[in-house]
Parts: sequence; C-alpha cells; structure tokens
Amino acid sequence: MNLSLLVLFPVLTALAILFCKGLRQVRAIALAGSAIQLLLAVVLLYFYWAERAAGNMSQMLFQFRHSWFAPLGIEYYIGVDGISVSMILLTAFVVMAGILVSWKMETLSNEFFFLLVFLSAGAYGFFISLDLFTMFFFLEVAVIPKFLLIGIWGSGRKEYSAMKLALMLMGGSALIFVGVLGVYFNSNMGDGSHTFDLLRLSELQIPIESQRLFFPLAFLGFGIFGALFPFHTWVPDGHSSAPTAASMFLAGISMKLGGYGCLRVATYLMPQAAQEYSTIIIVLASIAILYGAFATMMQTDLKYINAYSSVSHCGFVLLGIGMLTKTAIAGAVMQMVSHGLMTALFFAAIGMIYDRTHTRLVSQLGGLLKMMPFIGTVFFIAGLCSLGLPGFSGFVAEMTVFMGSWQHPEQFYRIATIVACASIVVTAVYILRATGKAIMGPVVDDKHLHLPDASWNEKMAAVILITGIVAIGVAPFWLNDLVTPGAEAIMNKVLTAGY
Amino acid sequence: MNDFFSLMKHELILTILLVVVLILKLGKETTGNSSLLRVINLLLVLNVVAGFLANGTGELFNGMFRMNATLALEKNILNIGVLIISLQANAWLKTHQHLLEFYMLLLSTLLGMFFMISSGNLLMFYLGLELSTIPLAALANFDLEKRKSSEAAMKMIMSSAFSSGILLFGISLVYGLTGSLGFAELSQHLANSPLMTFVFILLFSGFAFKMSAVPFHLWTADVYEGSPVAVTSYLSVISKGAILFVFVSVLFSVFASMATAWYPILCVTAVITMIVGNLFALRQDNLKRFLAFSSIAQVGFILVGISGSSQPAMASVIYFVLIYVFSNLGAFGVISLVSALTGKERLEDYKGFYKTNPLLSWVLTISLFSLAGIPPTAGFFGKLFLLTAGAGKGNYILITVAALNMVISLYYYLRVVKVMFMEKNDAPIEKLPVSVSAKIALLLCMAGVVLAGFVSELYQYIYSISFGVI
Repeated sequence: MNLSLLVLFPVLTALAILFCKGLRQVRAIALAGSAIQLLLAVVLLYFYWAERAAGNMSQMLFQFRHSWFAPLGIEYYIGVDGISVSMILLTAFVVMAGILVSWKMETLSNEFFFLLVFLSAGAYGFFISLDLFTMFFFLEVAVIPKFLLIGIWGSGRKEYSAMKLALMLMGGSALIFVGVLGVYFNSNMGDGSHTFDLLRLSELQIPIESQRLFFPLAFLGFGIFGALFPFHTWVPDGHSSAPTAASMFLAGISMKLGGYGCLRVATYLMPQAAQEYSTIIIVLASIAILYGAFATMMQTDLKYINAYSSVSHCGFVLLGIGMLTKTAIAGAVMQMVSHGLMTALFFAAIGMIYDRTHTRLVSQLGGLLKMMPFIGTVFFIAGLCSLGLPGFSGFVAEMTVFMGSWQHPEQFYRIATIVACASIVVTAVYILRATGKAIMGPVVDDKHLHLPDASWNEKMAAVILITGIVAIGVAPFWLNDLVTPGAEAIMNKVLTAGY
Repeated sequence: MNDFFSLMKHELILTILLVVVLILKLGKETTGNSSLLRVINLLLVLNVVAGFLANGTGELFNGMFRMNATLALEKNILNIGVLIISLQANAWLKTHQHLLEFYMLLLSTLLGMFFMISSGNLLMFYLGLELSTIPLAALANFDLEKRKSSEAAMKMIMSSAFSSGILLFGISLVYGLTGSLGFAELSQHLANSPLMTFVFILLFSGFAFKMSAVPFHLWTADVYEGSPVAVTSYLSVISKGAILFVFVSVLFSVFASMATAWYPILCVTAVITMIVGNLFALRQDNLKRFLAFSSIAQVGFILVGISGSSQPAMASVIYFVLIYVFSNLGAFGVISLVSALTGKERLEDYKGFYKTNPLLSWVLTISLFSLAGIPPTAGFFGKLFLLTAGAGKGNYILITVAALNMVISLYYYLRVVKVMFMEKNDAPIEKLPVSVSAKIALLLCMAGVVLAGFVSELYQYIYSISFGVI
C-alpha cells in the first residue's frame, strides 16, 4: 500500500476546500475527504494484518524512500509498524468526528475546514515518517493551524491561549530540533556523512555522553506536546478556548504526537539515556497524573474539567514510557489511542451541550438527559470510559500500563504505580460529580427544557468515536497484538543497550 | 574579448539599462509615468532572463574581477529581487515626479553590488561597496516631502561613511602586513597573529555595519522607518543579501587560515544579534521598524549558519538569502501597497485587515510564517539548514540559543497575524485595489516561498557550487 496517500489526500482535500463556495460545498468536500481518510486507514490496517499474516516480519512495512535534500542526508522515508497504524486509525476517527461536529461552522468556513484538514495532514505525515527531519517537518505543520483555529474561532481568552499554545509547542519543537541535530551529528556512517534515517540510527550506537545530553532535550520537547508536568500549562488554556473540533484535534491527535515522539525518537534512539532518566520521567508522570486529577476536582467549567483530566490521562502515557517494560509501553500506546477517542468524544459532547445551552459551567447545567437523551448518554459514556469502567477502552489501556509497571519489583516503581492507580478514584469523583449534576440532576434552567437533541451529524460523530472505544474495550486483543511487536522492538533496543 | 563580454555580462547589461533610462529621461516630457514603468519593468524582466543565460567562469583585469557559477547565481537572486521590488513600487512610483532618477539610482547601486560580489581584490571590493552605498543614501531620501526621509538619508550616509572608514583602515593594515590586496595572494599570506585578528575585526566591523549585525545595527531601524517602503525593502533584502554573499565567500576563501580566530567572534556576534534584534522587535508598532529589527535577528541566524564554515554552511546561507528575498519581499509588498494607498504603516491600523483584504492578509501571513520558519513554507528549510550547518561544529549551546530565539521571533510574527485575523475594528482598512504589477510581484513571492522549499534540486544545485573552509 502506498502510504503517501495518507498525506496526499488531506492535502488535496484542503486545497479543494479553498476553491469551494459556501458552507454546503465546503463541508461536503471535507466530509468526503475525511471519509476517504478513514477508509484508507482501515484498508491500511487490513493490509498490515495481511502482510503480517503472510509472514512479513520486517519491522516497518510499506516502506518507501525518496531522496529529498541529498547533501544533508534528508529523505522522504516512510513506513509503518503496529504503533503507527494504531495512531493513524486514531487520527482518522477523530478527524472524521471533528468535521462532523463542525457541521454548522458558518464563520469563515473555508478557512476553518482548510486548517482542520491541513492539520490532519501534518499528523498523518508525522506518524508515517521514518526520517527524523521529515518527521519534524510534519510535526511543525501540525502546530500553527492550531494557533489560527483557536485564535479565530475560539472563545474566552482565545488570543492569549492561542499564543501560549503556539509558543510552548514551538519551544518544544525547538528543543526537539536540537535533540534531533545532536543525534544526526552523532551518527557516523563511516564515510563522514550523517543520516536522519530512524532505522539506521537505531542500529548505530550513539555515544552515551551524547545520549545524556540529547535525550532530555528530545524527551522534554516531545513531552511538552504530550503535557509533561510542569510544561502542561498550555493544555487547559488551549483546550478550553478552542472551538469544539479544534479541542478534539488538540487532545485527540496533537497530544499524541508528543507521546509517539517520546517513544519513537527519544526512547528508541537513545535507550541508555532513557534508562538513566526513567526515574525522573516516572516521578514527573506520577505528579502529572495525581496533580491533573486533583486540579480537575476544582474545575467548574466542563471544558476545563476535560482539559485537566487530559493532563492526568496523558500522564499514564508518559508513565508507561518511563517504566520501560514491553507491557507498559504497549499500554502507553493503547492509552494514547483510548484517550484520543475518549477525550474527543468528551469534547464533542461538551460542544454539543454548549451550542444549545451557551454555558459550560456545571452549576448552570442540570438534568440534560431529560431534554437531550442522546447527548446526555454520549457524555455519560465518555465519562465512564474516562474513569476506567471495564468494557470501555480506558480500562484496557490503563490496566495494561499498571500491569507493565508492576513488573518492576523495586519499591520505587511500586509506589509510582500505586499513586497512579489511586488517581482513578479521584477521576471517579470528578466524573461522577459532573455527570450527576449536569446530566442527571434536576433541571436548573427552564429555558433548557425546549432544547433539541443531537442532529444526525452529531449522532454520527459520536457513534464513530463510541465504536472505536467499545471496539477496544470489548475486544482489546486486536489492538494489543497490533502494538506489542512495535513495543517489543523498542524494548529490545533498551535491553540490548542496557547495563 | 569574448571573455570580457561573457564574464561581465551582468554588469554590462545593467550599464546598458542605465543608459537606456538616461535616454528615456531626456525624452520624458512626452510619456506618462505608467508607460515608462511598463517599459522599465519589461527591461528588468529581460535583465533577469539574460542573467541566467551563458554564464562563464574566469577572471579579468589580473584577478580584480572574478566570475563563476556561484557568483552568477548570487547576481541572479539579486536581479529577481530588484524586479519584484520594482513591480511592488508601481503604486508609489506612478505619481512620483522623479521616477527615472529613482531607477537610475537603483540600477547604479545594483551595479555596485555586482562589482562587489565579483571583486577579487580588496580595492575592487571597496569600490563596489561605495558605488552601492552612495546612491542608496540618495534613494532613502526619495519621499521628498517627508522630513523623516531626509533624516534617514542623513543617518545612512553618516554611518556608512563611518563604517567605510573602519573598513579602509583595515584594508590599509592588510596591505601593510602582506603587501598585497588580491584575494588569491592574501589567502596565502594571512596567518593567525594578534595583529591579523585585529585587522579581521576591523574588516568584520565594516561588514557588520552593512549587514546591520549588533552592535553595528543602530542606524537600521531609523533608516528603515524613514525611507520609502521600496527603498526599505531594497535595503533589507538586496543590500543585505549582497553583503552576506560577499562576506561568506571572502571569509571562507581569504580568511580560511584564520578560522580559529574568527569562529568565536562570529558566535558572539550571532548570539547578541539574534537576541537584541528579537527583543527590540517585540515592542515595535511601526511595521517597517518591526521588519527592520526582525531582519537584524535574521542576520543573527545567518551568522549561526556561517559559523559552521563548511560546504553546507555556505549553501545554507545562499539558500536562506534566496528564500529571505521572497519572504521578506512578500511582507514588504503588502506593507508597501497599504502604505502607498492609505499611508498607514502602524500595526494597529491592520486590525480587522482580514475582513476586508483576505488575500493580502494571507500573503502577509505566509510571508511572515516563512520568516519565522514555519513549514510548509520555504523559510522552515532555510532556517533549519542554517542551524544544521551551525551544529556541524558541535557547538550545541549556540544552536539551542538560536532555536529558542526562533520561538521568541515567532511571538512577534504571530502578533501581526493575530492583529489581522483576530482583533476587531470598526473602521478597518478598506478593500484595496491591487494593480496587475503588484499582483505579479506577490505571486512571484508566494511561488518562491512555497516552491523554494519543496524543490530540493534548487538546494542541491546551490550545494554543488558552494565551498567550505578547508
């Protein structure tokens, strides 16, 4: 399968959107484009399975390389393993849902959908890249559209949030770039030339002194994308100011760029340093998990609740990466997928509620299940998934992370795991409290009594995301089997490089 | 004799153009400004095209004048830049009473730059430099009724004279030390000694003045603000590009043996230039001043690239200047249009600009993104290649500082975008009519900003004709 289609289609869709007239045409094209993307992602999964079943055991499938800037050794080099495939699936689901919930975006609709689709092109490109420079290129492509999306179509302190997000993420990418350059110049190919090729870099031993220097830069840089404590502060502001679809993209896709990068670039290429720094990563991740959970308890705005809970949930991703066991890393990837779907669903539900009631404050909402049974149920499902109820994806993913973490017998790891587990209780508190008040509870505002339930497009968006959540929750093994070989490859690097 | 024509082709064509403009001037009474502009722009297009044809390699006048593929490319880049500036300036020049004088001065400074680029001798270099500087000061004064414009011209001529003085002092010391001024002989006689380092600092100060590197940047903002926009864009793109071209090639060939001496000087200058440029750009309200400081910061990044002193370093500098020509002229194109039609140059005037002029807003936005180094614009590649070249030396502190400075610079570029797209205004700038020539100019800029990055053959060609310190 030609992976470049995954990037090409969004770009073509985005360009087509520019030439559309009126909202109807724009959203039709955007929906068609995202449907094709979703189809491509599913086909990719099918082909991936077929290849694996046929006994193709090479680490990356469907590889393609084309020399780009030859003098510097930059190539357009792509390929996927199970981890990338799962991320691509996640992206396709979230993009389609995001476009469906923005169905009535009337202000500057061309620009809005253009930026959304363009952003998704960056995300796809990032997940398929096997060349560090190309990867970095796509990573940055996915940053600036967010600034415009939040700043133009956002609400509240949108300009402040947009600027904060853009600067923090660009700061992150600046660090990533220095880290990437460090790796690049430490790759001795024998003839004095250097390479950005991820697979070849992983075979070359980067000196431990350089790893010590560049691992923190790369990990911190990607960590900022993935809401690493204490650099998570763009998350609440960015999410809460963004328009619904942008929030979904931000939490569902963008934060995953960080986790994926931490894994694929930082840990994979510099495994020794990853081991040395794992203590710090685990401590920071545990703080993020616990702090995020408690901070969520204090929030009164639904979007802030979900944003802070994202910090907490993304902490599990970093915890899994920091633990450095096969199961924990697989769990981290599953948590990325699960959280991406779940949080997108949550933001979609919040957006639907806000569109109707024009408030996001829990105190001003109540008994929504009576007026809007569908939206209420969606919110409820998202909540249950968030607090890790078995049957939904959240349980599967978090459980895997805990299992992987518990494999370490040392006390430090045990404590970190227990702290992380404990946060689930806090999660239950804030989720049930918000749900109980806003969805169940008595009706607060009489004006809310005549509000309509979800329209077809909103229903479709929710159904798409819930399908994903349940598909992982009820039958987790397909995803587990998909990501485990990838996690194993990374762990092998860590183990062979180890002490 | 054939050699003479093929090697000096760029200069000869420009001289012919100058004569043509002079003749036009004599018969001016009969023709209006717009038809004159059409003729001149056509001539400039021909000039660009001719620049690409049949370029030779060789030396003239005992090595005083050199020509090769690299230099031809550099001159062509400048030619394209001048064409774009001329197209953009149409709205402003249409009503100007000294149209032809403007072009005569413009072409003669360009001629000076060509001689400077081709120089193979310090005297020739100095000659070219002066030929390019003095008409430029006159150009800065071309908003005849504005006091600020004459102030700018005055400041420019004073500071240029000062820097030329320093440069001449350096040149005379060089002659005293080595007994020669030709680049070829010099490169063999220069060696690390305290006196030579001092000489280098003198020469470097002269260069730094022209490229407005900190601490020799003080004239930049005032001159940029006071001059007409066309001249400002010329100063910030063509003039700066030319001096950077010369600097790189002289540094890597003539001063190659002193690399250990100039590396720290370059690093320190790069860091303070980036930081000072960025910090001052943060708070500017006048867009021309803003671009002035941002262009100072850009020079800092370029110096980071130069400090790599390898083949990729020189390639990345030429490549970056090429991209910088397109992106900066894209930004200046919009600003000059607004300035010529409404007289507004302040940032707050641009509030709500997107509502009324969506296309112009996008052009300005994409240009600024390219200056900030955001993909998929070419500026991303340009800037990152500079940093990559710089990192080749293994000085990661320098690279980290540069990378973080990119983030600072992003703030002020995004600030402009924010004002245009996000801030509301009851009386925004009304919908502006964009003339055909301005459209062509902006289209050229946008094409350059997008294509220069993805068409990697361009970079490969530049790489193949570059060289590093051996």
